[in-house]
Amino acid sequence: MSAFFDFAVAFAQVCFALAMGFATIRLLRGPRAQDRVLALDTLYVNAMLMLLMLGIRTSTTVYFDMALLIALFGFVGSVALAKFLLRGEVIEP
Amino acid sequence: MTETALPWWIMLPAAVLLIVGGTLTLIGSLGLLRLSPFYARMHGPSMGNTLGTASVLIASMLIASALAHRPVVHEILITVFIAMTSPMTAILLMRAAVSRTR
Repeated sequence: MSAFFDFAVAFAQVCFALAMGFATIRLLRGPRAQDRVLALDTLYVNAMLMLLMLGIRTSTTVYFDMALLIALFGFVGSVALAKFLLRGEVIEP
Repeated sequence: MTETALPWWIMLPAAVLLIVGGTLTLIGSLGLLRLSPFYARMHGPSMGNTLGTASVLIASMLIASALAHRPVVHEILITVFIAMTSPMTAILLMRAAVSRTR
């Protein structure tokens, strides 16, 4: 059972790494700006999941705080970029 | 790896949840790469964002609870946060795309 769990952790890490690679390709190749913002959104969620996998592997809780911070600041960045694309400025007077 | 002390009835659901979450996230990012118009491309990563994140966080919660011999539920913060903010980002991006193509 331990070998199956190790396989599952490695499989999930390979999946998240491939997903980050796909998001990076879309980020570099995206035809318009909203494609790039969507790719950045996917990229930060995948990076957060990768950090959680590292936390499962090493069985510490340090990675949880980093994952929470990445979720928070990634959301703020995505909303700011989407608002900029929508209106032309982030904080309106 | 230090999880040799975990019982099998914790490890089996955690492993299945990790495999399901990884596969869902990979399929969502593949949809982000392969689908052609932007409005179709929008649908791919939202599945990986919500369901894959929920699976991985439930697995992490199971492992942390079994390691600490008490219920550890602080991973539910990330689950609630992602479940609240992912549709908000999607709505804002879709409105930006609509107003930019018009």
